[in-house]
Amino acid sequence: MEKSIVFEKDLNLEATELRLGLPGTKESEKQTPSTIKSNKRVLPDMSEECGSKDNSNVSHVKKCDQEVAPPAKAQVVGWPPVRSYRKNCFQAKKMEAETTGMYVKVSMDGAPYLRKIDLKVYKGYQELLKALEDMFKFSVGKYSEREGYNGSEFVPTYEDKDGDWMLVGDVPWDMFISSCKRMRIMKGSEARGLGCAV
Amino acid sequence: MREERTEMSKDDDRSPPLDLRGADIAESSSKTRNCVTGSGHVTGLNPTEFQAPYPDQVLENVLENVLQFLTSRRDRNAASLVCKSWCRVEALTRSELFIGNCYSVSPKRATARFSRVRAVAIKGRPRFADFNLMPPEWGAHFAPWVAALGSAYPWLEKVYLKRMSVTDEDLKYLAENFPSFKELVLVCCDGFGTRGLAVIAKKCRQLRVLDLIESEVAESDMDWIGEFPESGITCLESLIFDCVESPINFEALERLVIRSPSLKKLRLNRFVSIGQLYRLMVRAPQLTHLGTGSFSLAEGVAHGDQEPDYESAFAACKSLVCLSGFREITPDYLSAIYAVCANLTSLNLSYANINAEQLKTVIVHCHKLQTFWVLDSICDEGLQAAAATCKDLRELRVFPIDAREDSEGPVSEVGLQAISEGCRKLQSILYFCQHMTNAAVIAMSNNCPDLEVFRLCIMGRHRPDHVTGEPMDEGFGAIVKNCKKLTRLAVSGLLTDQAFSYIGRYGKLVRTLSVAFAGNSDLGLKYVLEGCPRLQKLEIRDSPFGDAALRSGLHHYYNMRFLWMSSCRLSPPGCREIARALPRLVVEVIRDEVGMIRAECEEHIDDAFDILYMYRSLEGPRDDAPSFVTILH
Repeated sequence: MEKSIVFEKDLNLEATELRLGLPGTKESEKQTPSTIKSNKRVLPDMSEECGSKDNSNVSHVKKCDQEVAPPAKAQVVGWPPVRSYRKNCFQAKKMEAETTGMYVKVSMDGAPYLRKIDLKVYKGYQELLKALEDMFKFSVGKYSEREGYNGSEFVPTYEDKDGDWMLVGDVPWDMFISSCKRMRIMKGSEARGLGCAV
Repeated sequence: MREERTEMSKDDDRSPPLDLRGADIAESSSKTRNCVTGSGHVTGLNPTEFQAPYPDQVLENVLENVLQFLTSRRDRNAASLVCKSWCRVEALTRSELFIGNCYSVSPKRATARFSRVRAVAIKGRPRFADFNLMPPEWGAHFAPWVAALGSAYPWLEKVYLKRMSVTDEDLKYLAENFPSFKELVLVCCDGFGTRGLAVIAKKCRQLRVLDLIESEVAESDMDWIGEFPESGITCLESLIFDCVESPINFEALERLVIRSPSLKKLRLNRFVSIGQLYRLMVRAPQLTHLGTGSFSLAEGVAHGDQEPDYESAFAACKSLVCLSGFREITPDYLSAIYAVCANLTSLNLSYANINAEQLKTVIVHCHKLQTFWVLDSICDEGLQAAAATCKDLRELRVFPIDAREDSEGPVSEVGLQAISEGCRKLQSILYFCQHMTNAAVIAMSNNCPDLEVFRLCIMGRHRPDHVTGEPMDEGFGAIVKNCKKLTRLAVSGLLTDQAFSYIGRYGKLVRTLSVAFAGNSDLGLKYVLEGCPRLQKLEIRDSPFGDAALRSGLHHYYNMRFLWMSSCRLSPPGCREIARALPRLVVEVIRDEVGMIRAECEEHIDDAFDILYMYRSLEGPRDDAPSFVTILH
């Protein structure tokens, strides 16, 4: 009895942990060896269904309560049987997209040190510029396609993949975040050169 | 001699068990005859028993002239069983040697029997090793083979290896010791790198085929493409390197393609851009099989820039029948291939993340398609479109873009049903999904009577029919019952012993069976081992089959290529019993140390193991087994 209580308790903890996670967000790369261990049947009287000592033996738990909706499962080694080459092709990209931030350096003319921001957390230019304004205590002018930023001596710029310095705001947001390597808030006469009509 | 033939045969048609104890007797008696072997020396003469060779020799010459036309391996195996004379002559005339399990026979024995071989095919690791179920360094080394081949077959032309460990030194040996070497095909191999490829490129002057398929190629800075001879026409017909995960010297590749007028098959890796692909295609319009590299917006090209006319490049390849690649795809570019779709018999989009709409634009032209590999990103809708157009489809593989148990599952029984209704000539299917119903599987069994390969992978373990809640027994039962030509089956979902009862009862032609997370008791495995006389390859994981079930296959194991059982209910004594009962079976038990985390509270059993892998062999326990492998006796 005691054993089964322990089993239950452990099981619930584990199950609760799993249930709390959203499907797909649990470490998909973590491979629990739960089912690999299952062949080590020490006790001969262990019943097929729920007798396992392993609280992480999800597959046997599954057999016990088929009526219960399965919690988000920890991944099992080698299942589904897709070769890692294939899995990695897409998983790498997906994970990259989901988990890694897109940190870029931001420098401001005259400031003693740089900052780093994660472009991913912003939904668009408005949010980004607001954050930069807060961070560096300045305000950026009004943006227009024709004239760039008007009304301020600060102009936000970025270096793109080709190494060119571009004005922030010209291209669609998605294109911006995929091509922006670093940012620089220009100040003064240099800045005015960018947005001004000749 | 009899059991030697079974090693060589992929398909053993004979059901009764073999008497392997006759082996030594048969071998020695053949030596006392006055016979001339292929290598020219006469064996074992006893002067008082000297027979005039002439009548036998005439017969054997005639036989030789006839048997050399026999190409099928199965036919040759049958012919070799007629009598000793036929066995000898068959051995002399066999030019293609197939070794289904590299440990079933030694290189020395194989080369001693077959003396005039030009092409060798060897398979090594079991398939489940592909899914990280076995520790690496298990074995299947090509080295001992290549050395034996070197001394026995100096005129060797072709080598085909699958799931073997091949080193750069092995490749160097191949390149330097076989002046007629023409074809190298490495499938799911590892252990070598671009260094080895460089030697092959440089020294194999007659190279026609260099195919690297799903192999792991160690990266290095070696520019192997640049090692092909710089001048003169090459005889290259096929160059496949899509699995090579390192950049290549494109200029050298381009020069190579220009100098290879016989090149028909070219499959590039993802480091070749679409712009570079264009340059190659205009140089090689004679291609029949093309694998693109990266199929996305070229680097440095902004929207609106002048881009090459990809469409006309494809249109110019009038002989193109097989397209693959499409890595990192920008779906807009797919329109480039429309012109060739009408002629395609094979299309592999399984690395292209495209949706149903994008697929439809392509598939609607592919009337002649016979082989179609695709990602489930196309959803049931995409499969319906394929079913509507591809009436000649023979092989379909649907891979999951998100290979996890609890992912979305964009394809389901709807797609399967549509395919079964549209593609009546289907012979082979591999289908990954999250949800399935018995009804759809039964429908396929009725609509596609030509099915030979049925592999359904319901990714959620133990998942029942999601409409009725019942096990998937009836669906798979219908497949084995109605598909009379079925030779390969992979099952999944919630399955009871009943499913296995069906397989044992109806799956009389089944040669390969894959089982995972299925069955209730020993009965399941018993049904299969007792009911399937043609069973050759059986791979089982995480199913409740124990020693009693294992015992029920004793009558059949010598007829099989291998049995794999991992995370089942086997015990060391149970396996040892098999090893003792069948001396010609090599019974390996493998501990997967790396994959296991031993809980502190758990009792540690010293001879516990994770994997049972057993196979017939003439050679007894292998001498290259690593420490985590124990061979029972």
